[in-house]
Amino acid sequence: MRAEPQFAFLDEGSKKEIRRATLKAVAIPGYQVPFASREMPMARGWGTGGLQLTCSLVGKEDVLKVIDQGADESVNAVSIKKLVQATTGIPVTERTEEATLIQSRHRIPEIPMTKDQILVLQVPMPEPLRKYEKKESITKRLHAESEYSGAWLMLFEQIMKYGRTTTGADHPVLVNGRYVMAPSPIPRFDNQKMDHSEALILLGAGREKKIYAVPPYTEIRSLAFEDHPFKGEDFSGKCCRFCGATGVFLDELYIEETGVTEYQCNDTSHCADRLERQGEKEVHHATV
Amino acid sequence: MQQFEERPLLKVENLTKQYGPGCGECSQPGRPGLIKNYCPSCGTVYACSDVSLNVYPGEILGIVGESGSGKSTLMQCLYFDQDVTSGMLTIDDPELAGENLFDVSSQRKRYIRNHKYGMVYQNPVKGLRMDFSSISNIAEKQIAAGGRHVGKMQSAGERLLDVVSIPLFRMKEEPRNFSGGMQQRVQIAKALSNDPPILFLDEVTTGLDLSVRAAVIDLIKQIQRDLGISMIVVSHDLAVIRMLADRTLVMLNGRVIESGLTDQILEDPNHAYTQQLVYSLL
Repeated sequence: MRAEPQFAFLDEGSKKEIRRATLKAVAIPGYQVPFASREMPMARGWGTGGLQLTCSLVGKEDVLKVIDQGADESVNAVSIKKLVQATTGIPVTERTEEATLIQSRHRIPEIPMTKDQILVLQVPMPEPLRKYEKKESITKRLHAESEYSGAWLMLFEQIMKYGRTTTGADHPVLVNGRYVMAPSPIPRFDNQKMDHSEALILLGAGREKKIYAVPPYTEIRSLAFEDHPFKGEDFSGKCCRFCGATGVFLDELYIEETGVTEYQCNDTSHCADRLERQGEKEVHHATV
Repeated sequence: MQQFEERPLLKVENLTKQYGPGCGECSQPGRPGLIKNYCPSCGTVYACSDVSLNVYPGEILGIVGESGSGKSTLMQCLYFDQDVTSGMLTIDDPELAGENLFDVSSQRKRYIRNHKYGMVYQNPVKGLRMDFSSISNIAEKQIAAGGRHVGKMQSAGERLLDVVSIPLFRMKEEPRNFSGGMQQRVQIAKALSNDPPILFLDEVTTGLDLSVRAAVIDLIKQIQRDLGISMIVVSHDLAVIRMLADRTLVMLNGRVIESGLTDQILEDPNHAYTQQLVYSLL
């Protein structure tokens, strides 16, 4: 006889432990709470941290959306959706505003999120000071003493070598004026969306066994020197080749046949949404 | 006539650093039962026992002694790399007045390290980040002391590299590409970058060849003359002490056995060990 799968894959004890770590993370914004990362039916490093958060949070009334680098249809996103759907039976969606729970890899949706939503981000490396200091025992102490010269030094070194900060993604942020946090490899463009976000943002690192959080309406400041202000990616003068959107994060594509560089929305559901409203029936969306 | 009494900038009283619990025998005043610095009944090692010293503004204090005499431990305790067992440290600074700095929180100790201290280790690997550029290494100390302006920190770093004669076109290179003497000079520049009133130099010239050693000593002398920084110089090399230090302490088995003007100690040593040390100078 085949046993019925547990609701949302994890057993209740595990979910409880993860939720307890989550509560602690919410209580101490930006602080990395260790948790006993479970074995998931997916390799570590493929979003097990985010998946465990999702599984511990999901209820029967939830609607799930999963994004992988802006796309709803990529393999990783689809597999995660299938797993959660198979074990819970809840509906999944691609529309940001319909979802109550959004798990994302390396993007924050373009549509501002609301207080009724939770964003779960997958994190490969939760420790913003790791490149500076290899030992966990020391980085823990540095966090405790709020000693973040290491994070600043890394930015300084980039400016010395390249004339500007070169963090393409995962630019460190100061949470609530206390902890420096790795925002997960979201583009710098998305850092500002974290600041005073209405939605709760949870970050889970399965391989590194850490959960941390940005509670709603928390101040997020991207680290920047006085004479080198923080800048997000700049797409001024460019727009999406499908929906014409501006002021969103765009993917750059080199079209070989024509030899021109074109741009398109990175957030595929946002793009599809706009196209639908523009009256297009068929949406052909090239994925990168 | 008005009497001038100079106040010490840094004052250490009865610093003791022991490894082990201590027992009834070795805890008595004077610690009579020790063999060298080791208690045979409980196995405790007294790396430093009851060390007291004063450093006055602008002077260089030398500390000499053989290996294992406790001079490096003393230095590490003063720089908060290690915790002391007991003792008192005060610095004559309006921000730190009246506090025993061995007892303050680790944040406060870090603050003192970042704002009041500079340290040059014997091994540059300890004092530098070998995979960050030299200019970033110097900036690290300024960042730690609250610097958030790249342009200002860069120009300060360039000025210091110039002081220690590192060509500016190499400032963006990592110190691991440098020779030992250059690494040591980058370390000195880093130690000076937050304008510390107190600088610790731990065996800075050991392992350097003679001409480089002379250049580093010259540099230290020049810094003392130009910037008026107080320094504590630890060395087992009497020639270095003779060149640099105004006053000298001689340590043996974790204790200060003799102290006084450097010339006086070298010309007319009192303690038998100091005599042996001075006469073994080639």
